[in-house]
Amino acid sequence: MTSSAPTAAQSRAARNRARLLRTMLPALSMTLILLAIAWLNPRAISYFGFSLMLNLAIPIALATIAQMFVITINELDLSIGTFVGFVGCVTATWLHDAPVLGVLVLLASIGVYAGLGALIHLRNLPSIVVTLGMSFVWQGLAILILPKPGGAAPDWLKGLMGLKVPFVPFPIVAAIVIALVVHFGLMRSAYGTVLRGAGGNPQAIGRAGWSLLKTKVVMFALTGTFGVISGMALIGITTSGDANIGNGYTLLSIAGVILGGGEFVGGRVSPIGAVIGALTLALAASPLLTFMNIPPDWQVAANGVILISVLAARALISRKGA
Amino acid sequence: MSDPLRSIAKLDGVKRSFGAVRALDGVDFAVHAKECIGLVGHNGAGKSTLMSILAGTGSPDSGTIAINGAAQSDWTIQRARALGVRCVFQELSLSPNLSVAENTRVSHGALNGWGGAKRAADLIRASLDAIFPGHGISPQDIVGDLAIGQRQMVEVARAFTLTDDPLHLVILDEPTSSLDAQTARQLLDHIRRAVAGGISCILISHILGEILETSDRVVVMRDGKVVADEPARDLTRARLVAAMGGARLHAKTTRSDGVGASQPVVAQVQAGGAHGAIGLQARRGEVIGLAGLAGHGQTKLLIDLFEAANARRKGMTVDGAVALVAGDRQTDGIFPLWSIAMNISIRSLAALRRGAFIAADKEADLAVTWRERIGIRTDNLDNNILSLSGGNQQKALFARALASDAQIILMDDPMRGVDLGTKLDVYDLIRTQAQQGRTFLWYTTETDELDNCDRVYVFRNGQIVAVLDHDDLTEEKIIQSSFAEVGA
Repeated sequence: MTSSAPTAAQSRAARNRARLLRTMLPALSMTLILLAIAWLNPRAISYFGFSLMLNLAIPIALATIAQMFVITINELDLSIGTFVGFVGCVTATWLHDAPVLGVLVLLASIGVYAGLGALIHLRNLPSIVVTLGMSFVWQGLAILILPKPGGAAPDWLKGLMGLKVPFVPFPIVAAIVIALVVHFGLMRSAYGTVLRGAGGNPQAIGRAGWSLLKTKVVMFALTGTFGVISGMALIGITTSGDANIGNGYTLLSIAGVILGGGEFVGGRVSPIGAVIGALTLALAASPLLTFMNIPPDWQVAANGVILISVLAARALISRKGA
Repeated sequence: MSDPLRSIAKLDGVKRSFGAVRALDGVDFAVHAKECIGLVGHNGAGKSTLMSILAGTGSPDSGTIAINGAAQSDWTIQRARALGVRCVFQELSLSPNLSVAENTRVSHGALNGWGGAKRAADLIRASLDAIFPGHGISPQDIVGDLAIGQRQMVEVARAFTLTDDPLHLVILDEPTSSLDAQTARQLLDHIRRAVAGGISCILISHILGEILETSDRVVVMRDGKVVADEPARDLTRARLVAAMGGARLHAKTTRSDGVGASQPVVAQVQAGGAHGAIGLQARRGEVIGLAGLAGHGQTKLLIDLFEAANARRKGMTVDGAVALVAGDRQTDGIFPLWSIAMNISIRSLAALRRGAFIAADKEADLAVTWRERIGIRTDNLDNNILSLSGGNQQKALFARALASDAQIILMDDPMRGVDLGTKLDVYDLIRTQAQQGRTFLWYTTETDELDNCDRVYVFRNGQIVAVLDHDDLTEEKIIQSSFAEVGA
């Protein structure tokens, strides 16, 4: 027993080192992208530069958090992009013209998400299929509400998203608030622990006396809620709506979760990492590539290459840790 | 046993069927205050089903449950926990992505709000310290990083933590199956302390010595019925085995014949490498035991050998195809979505081909052959593997390895939680197969099993520290080698 103690301590230290490295990886990759931007265009590293570059990062971060909730319980939401688009259309039309109706519709859509969670749990359906189907439903509804781009964001929303905070750009403040709120809710609270546990070993959570149905419903409702906030934030920034505005968000949100240190199965997620992952993607998406003088035609492909390299680095570190 | 008449939990006429299989056939079972009941029986006798009903995770088809004399009409796991009945399940119930403290928090509704995480950490640390002194587990450790024995310690310690909920009865289903002898001893001592302190326990184990020395009363189940219920002091190992039925008490085995220095060496680990100053040699037809405390490098050696068979590895030579029988069958062994037949044939697909495709008839033949040879209890091999009891799942894994072309079989503590009858069947099979020229490398945490081996290598801290021939093999010597540095 005495002889085995040092090796146990050593292996724990090694494990913790690997885990720390993995936790730091999202921040490291963002730092790397920031350094590249600073090197290419030093003027971008300023209050104004960050406000501009991270302008669209907040809706992406919110959608990423939404995606993270379902990934926590081993599901995937392929409809989050078109859902954000649908919310955008509702925000730019009904919420502007008839606020009560708009609020009701948005609340009902969260209810639909909660219902999907219940359906997926009770009928044991694969969430990929259900949400893929729903993505067409949301898209269709969005087009019905707003057949061609237009509408207007409610003034209070425009005001909120255009907020000027002294010293620190608003998107950064918003990102920190989002990350901390979700971190405490999911990582520190008692029920948050139960929700993550349900992703790790559902049977264990059931045997501890918790309802698995409830965990699914709560997680899907949270996804819907953050999807709604994301769509509203997006319209607050763009000031008008478009049925296709959120289509890219599905894959961005999944990539953001994974980039932020989350895993597809097993309830291993990190809200702070997910927000950093979303910011990294937003930065890598266009500011960096524009500064690199990469023509718009190639930007999407270049974006993909950046994503693959960051994920490859993560895989390497994880393997070393294991 | 101050008030032996007061029953804290009572089951009457409990019946439960799964499809055509009658798991429980009218069971009456009572737990009194301050007693430890040993529950024994073959795998499939209905022990786990009965306990899941008592713990509230399963429901009976008919029969009644009474707690502290009050009949329970709506018996759920929530109700069971509220009334102080807890269960440590055979397949562990921890979330691997959560820390030890978080897993504790999940099982106690009272650990909410600010400071809940810290209280959970203190609670589980205190419980681990009380039951397993020197456990080396931190509440912040992520459960997925812990060895299976350590997880079992956490799960047991968690069941004994106290918050607002009362605690009257702890059900321990095979709690020692992944623990080494010393840790198992600590647990059994703790059970006696807990019982003295007023908590009742139900202990399920296939290690009859544990049952006899720890329990006040022993209940034997067979084919879904209680067939014996007697004070432990009136029982002996032989009588218990007789009551469980069928299985004979195994005699001291003789080493397998015909293995001598003349046989070629099929697997070799050179001395002075990563596995220590003593080398390992396995000849054709030998059964080699790997012993020592749980988690001291035995599994790693098996995996290294497995890899050495397919790719060059420094200091190791393996001559021939290998197959591995996993011990942690839920994680490393079975394909949970596949049928029994597919689980058996997966290692032999190359031999079952017709052209580029798998020949369905050959696959079915193979599965049927091995069902007969190893005695897997099922009427339909196309059923899902999870329809089998734990012991029979393990038999399917043996069948997978033995049906293959592998000449070297690596076994990673494969008898974990397997009943005595199955074990004896498999021991016979191993001996016959060894006589036919197969080589076995067998890691086991049960000292009795090493009796089947020609030679035993003892591990400590990832290294081989002793070699014992079959004839010199005693439990004392193994323990001595396992703890050498403490003694010196």
